[in-house]
Amino acid sequence: MLVTSPLKQWYLVHKWTSLICTAFMLLLCLTGLPLIFADEIDRALGYSMPPPDDLPETAERADLDAIVSAARARRPGDAVQFIVADPDEPDLWFVRMAESVAAAKPSAFYAFDARTGDYLYQYPLDQGVMNIMLRLHVDMFAGLWGTLFLGLMGLLLVALLVSGVVLYDPFMRKLAFGAVRRKQSARLKWLDLHNLLGIVTLVWFLVVGATGVINTLATPIFGQWQSGELADMTAPYRTMPPVQDPGSVQKSLDAARRIAPEMSLGFMAFPGNGFAEPSHFVAFMQGNSPLTSKLLKPVLIDAQTGVAVQTRELPWYVTALLISKPLHFGDYGGLPLKIIWALLDILSIAVLGSGLYLWLKKRNVSFEARLGAPPDEKEGDSV
Amino acid sequence: MKTSLTGIQIWAMPVLLGLVSAGGLTAALLFDGIGDAVSWLALAALVVTALWYGVRRT
Repeated sequence: MLVTSPLKQWYLVHKWTSLICTAFMLLLCLTGLPLIFADEIDRALGYSMPPPDDLPETAERADLDAIVSAARARRPGDAVQFIVADPDEPDLWFVRMAESVAAAKPSAFYAFDARTGDYLYQYPLDQGVMNIMLRLHVDMFAGLWGTLFLGLMGLLLVALLVSGVVLYDPFMRKLAFGAVRRKQSARLKWLDLHNLLGIVTLVWFLVVGATGVINTLATPIFGQWQSGELADMTAPYRTMPPVQDPGSVQKSLDAARRIAPEMSLGFMAFPGNGFAEPSHFVAFMQGNSPLTSKLLKPVLIDAQTGVAVQTRELPWYVTALLISKPLHFGDYGGLPLKIIWALLDILSIAVLGSGLYLWLKKRNVSFEARLGAPPDEKEGDSV
Repeated sequence: MKTSLTGIQIWAMPVLLGLVSAGGLTAALLFDGIGDAVSWLALAALVVTALWYGVRRT
């Protein structure tokens, strides 16, 4: 009878999802730990630098066209793909170059002083320990399929956590919250710790896991947007000839700012890039509130004349992706939030590790026997 | 063997912790300044709860 009970089935879900995904989740939690502090580590390693602070506070902005020309002069054979702004560093402009404007991989990432237009530094691409961490975390060096596979593992994690919640109830029927039976056996102690840490980190782990799954879908999500909404938006201009030599970048940005006066530029895609259109720039504008600064609003700008011709909101599925990024990275509340994110990550590693230990320790004992293990009366009562 | 705890006894703390987590995760996303502080306090409370129950000796 118990064999077919719903509880037993939930236990089997918990066991099998964990057997499949725990190794990958441990990899993700371990590589994710340093990635929480990627910005700080980049800065410590000298990969990125703050803008020089010997300039007086000024609203002066250098001409973007001069910056784009300077970037082109550094790599005459390459094309400019994007101009990128960083909300945390308003005095910097970044220019992403590649072998062609539509190339998937960048060839250089330059930082310029937005006030003077001076070239500052080049962000090193595809190198260093942090790059290995990132690749292991994002796709295990297996490209899109690696990413999608990790997304599948993330779905198993969600099932693992949900089944864990269901099992929490029967395991805790005779134990007060947080009771840890330390004196009986190592296994009971770790069972109680597993339940405690699991239930404490549950919602955080669920949110980071689910938003991680959404992040694994970034490529298909943007692909859908490009072939759907963006194609729709640019349909009236498709007969226009592709622009070989786009006009003023500064003029185009100014036009985008006039259309979206309450917003600032997140990034601008150059004509011919997958995020733009052969005859148009697309400026992706961000709001100024904490939430809207995570979102993007595309403005289509005629690359020849620098006139903004259209703007519209992003579809819900891109918005979902954009919101899931900060909730996965923990980068939206300053350094204290990152530190807490790291601590919760370590607690999650403990949940995964203790789960693995419990399985190794008692995999020959039936579920019923485990559930029926008498709790220590005194310990259970003492809270 | 003593009697089972009720559903409320089992789930009061988990539900409370879940609400604290949800509040902490969203506060900094919606508001600067005070929102950040609420997030820090709420999510740090999870870590403190885990450590308090996890390492104490009864």
